[in-house]
Amino acid sequence: MKAIVNVSLKAGVLDSQGKAVHHALHSLHFDDVSDVRVGKQIVLKLNTTDKEKAMADVTKMCEELLANTVIEDYEIELLS
Amino acid sequence: MKVTILQFPGTNCEYDTQHAFESLGATTEILWHKADTVPADTDLLVVAGGFSYGDYLRSGAIAKFSPVMKAVKVYADKGGKVLGICNGFQVLTEAGLLPGALKRNEHLHFLSKHHNLKVVNNDNVFLEKLACGNIVNVPIAHHDGNYYIDEAGLKELYANNQVLLQYCDKDGNISNPNGSVDAIAGVCNKEKTVFGLMPHPERAMETLLGSNDGVKMLQGFLSA
Repeated sequence: MKAIVNVSLKAGVLDSQGKAVHHALHSLHFDDVSDVRVGKQIVLKLNTTDKEKAMADVTKMCEELLANTVIEDYEIELLS
Repeated sequence: MKVTILQFPGTNCEYDTQHAFESLGATTEILWHKADTVPADTDLLVVAGGFSYGDYLRSGAIAKFSPVMKAVKVYADKGGKVLGICNGFQVLTEAGLLPGALKRNEHLHFLSKHHNLKVVNNDNVFLEKLACGNIVNVPIAHHDGNYYIDEAGLKELYANNQVLLQYCDKDGNISNPNGSVDAIAGVCNKEKTVFGLMPHPERAMETLLGSNDGVKMLQGFLSA
């Protein structure tokens, strides 16, 4: 099973990289872009087929290491 | 006075820190991150600056799982004094020993220059040799020095005199190089035993090299 973890800065926490990319897109004349958030994606290969266990494990990984929950949110997607 | 200095793979300020404290008369020991205890005679434990674990994932995120960090927590929980400088500050926030987090600098550049700092609170061992409002000139060298804490956390910091230093200009007016909340450059825990700051007082020990304002800062620990 594969787990895809997306980590991004919380809403309300200024995303400087997103802002810089936003400016760059505007200078390329992509005027419809109204906001950009930059995050990171972590792809995990798991030796289990138990979705519940996988979700519990990956949540724990996010809380302990993959995200800093003071400033970041995370989303987990499991792919079998 | 015995100062123990932590060394992770990627730490690069341990020898500067050692030199700074020895020049003030302290004895020092550099402690490799595999150690599972903090030497019993330690009076101050310094988490030195650098790029522990290459700053992979987030600055300080992987160092917090080094074996020695468990011992650091035990030591800090017993009231042992801890000082985190730059990457050491990042490690201490990641480990939950200090509130808040350090984000990428607002303008995304790595900053390496001297900066003025204003003493906000001095009712702690670290800054007791300085007066509130004193201005010190200390180098900064960081990419992720943008201090963040939510509103409730910030209120608590002020209520408990936990804000140590703010970035300012030579006249003491706030001047924020990296986007930190309220231009905060350093904080301590509620108990005023764990301290963290992004600037490098250990690099401000000689007038010949630009500033010796770090002496008064680090000396605070020696008189304790």
